Amino acid sequence: MIFVFAIFLLSLLVITSIAIVRTTNLFVAVMLTSIFSFLMAANFFILDAADVALTEAAVGAGVTTVIFLCALALTGEREKPRINGRKTARVAVAILASLMIYATFDKPRLGDPDAPVHQHIAPWYIEKTTEHMDFPNVVTAILSSFRGYDTLGEVFVVFAACIGVLFILGVPPPAQKRLNKVVEQNKGLRHHLIPQVVGRLVIPFIVLFGLYTQFHGEYGPGGGFQAGAIIATGIILYALLEGENKALQAVPRSVLLGMVIGGALLFGSVGVICMFMGGNFLEYSVLSADPIWGQQLGILVIEAGVGMAVCGALLSIFHAFAARENVS
Amino acid sequence: MIDILIDVFSWVLLILGGVCVLIGGIGGLRLPNFYTRIHAASLTDTMGAILIFVGMMLQSGLTLATLKLFAIMLFLLLTGPTATYALANAALLSGLKPDTGSNHDEVEKEEPAE
Repeated sequence: MIFVFAIFLLSLLVITSIAIVRTTNLFVAVMLTSIFSFLMAANFFILDAADVALTEAAVGAGVTTVIFLCALALTGEREKPRINGRKTARVAVAILASLMIYATFDKPRLGDPDAPVHQHIAPWYIEKTTEHMDFPNVVTAILSSFRGYDTLGEVFVVFAACIGVLFILGVPPPAQKRLNKVVEQNKGLRHHLIPQVVGRLVIPFIVLFGLYTQFHGEYGPGGGFQAGAIIATGIILYALLEGENKALQAVPRSVLLGMVIGGALLFGSVGVICMFMGGNFLEYSVLSADPIWGQQLGILVIEAGVGMAVCGALLSIFHAFAARENVS
Repeated sequence: MIDILIDVFSWVLLILGGVCVLIGGIGGLRLPNFYTRIHAASLTDTMGAILIFVGMMLQSGLTLATLKLFAIMLFLLLTGPTATYALANAALLSGLKPDTGSNHDEVEKEEPAE
């Protein structure tokens, strides 16, 4: 039964991606990308990857769509007609696609227990998680402790992306700064009572759910990345309903930047503290007399850092785009 | 006995919910203009959602899952109609008149509704 459902979802994915390629209306393309992400999240869920599904739904379908729409508000809605270059692109894509399909023939079957990935290091992770950390979610254990270096790198990627966007969009054009006041009065959906009331009802629960995902990551699907994205979604919803200014009053830019920098710094400094206490970089066991509690403490702190960095970065990027809208 | 009754009842609800979603989907494709189409589509996240979720709650019995299903249903019932309202309102504000009588499709330039 689940097999039929998986086939159904995968064929929908193919249809959606073809539709994304074929449409010339960028607005439609953004909506289709959001649908694509939701389908992908459902797919991940079928494959029992609840953590990844949560991330995909929150980041791919939620925040990215909003940021894309913000970008579209600055550019045009239609794709520019292109005359030349199509043929080379098509040939290149065709060659690459056939190469990739050819490469999949060497892949072990999906879910094959003899596949190298299930034989090599995964059993070790599953075995050692209870021994070293004593909590059930192996994914969190791998992400934040066994492969802590990778996650640290990811956080710095998020940090760098945020800084990059702010470099390009963060500076408002000086000439039109005065216009802001006039425009901002009718920003947001202020005069729409229904979305506002429902939003006020829902936003606290979204943020609460984000915090739950943050601090429950050791026991259920979740963790810093998902939590940061969910909390960012809640605040973006607030900004859409009440106007961007009010959201900036609630969470000012300096706080957002502080979250991005502080999150990355927190993660790194936990590693350095581990070194001072006599362990290796990011070896949390030395943080406490009891190595299991040390691991749990380290994971809790670095997950908080990840959550702060992701939430701050997404919100800064959103505000950078939204501020441009007011100007142009 | 009562178990079988609950099971049958929940399946009836689930199938009715499925039918509602199907009708919503067909309506979204077949109806002539924008407002009638979102009217049909809104059937899926009100009637369809209620029927399917109550059906699933009956299936899961008195467990934690029921509570979670109830919370999700509440969330969907709050957000779904609001989203439909916001969509219709955005269309109205961007100049799409609800044109009763004629059955032509909307041809106006669409504004990117937020």
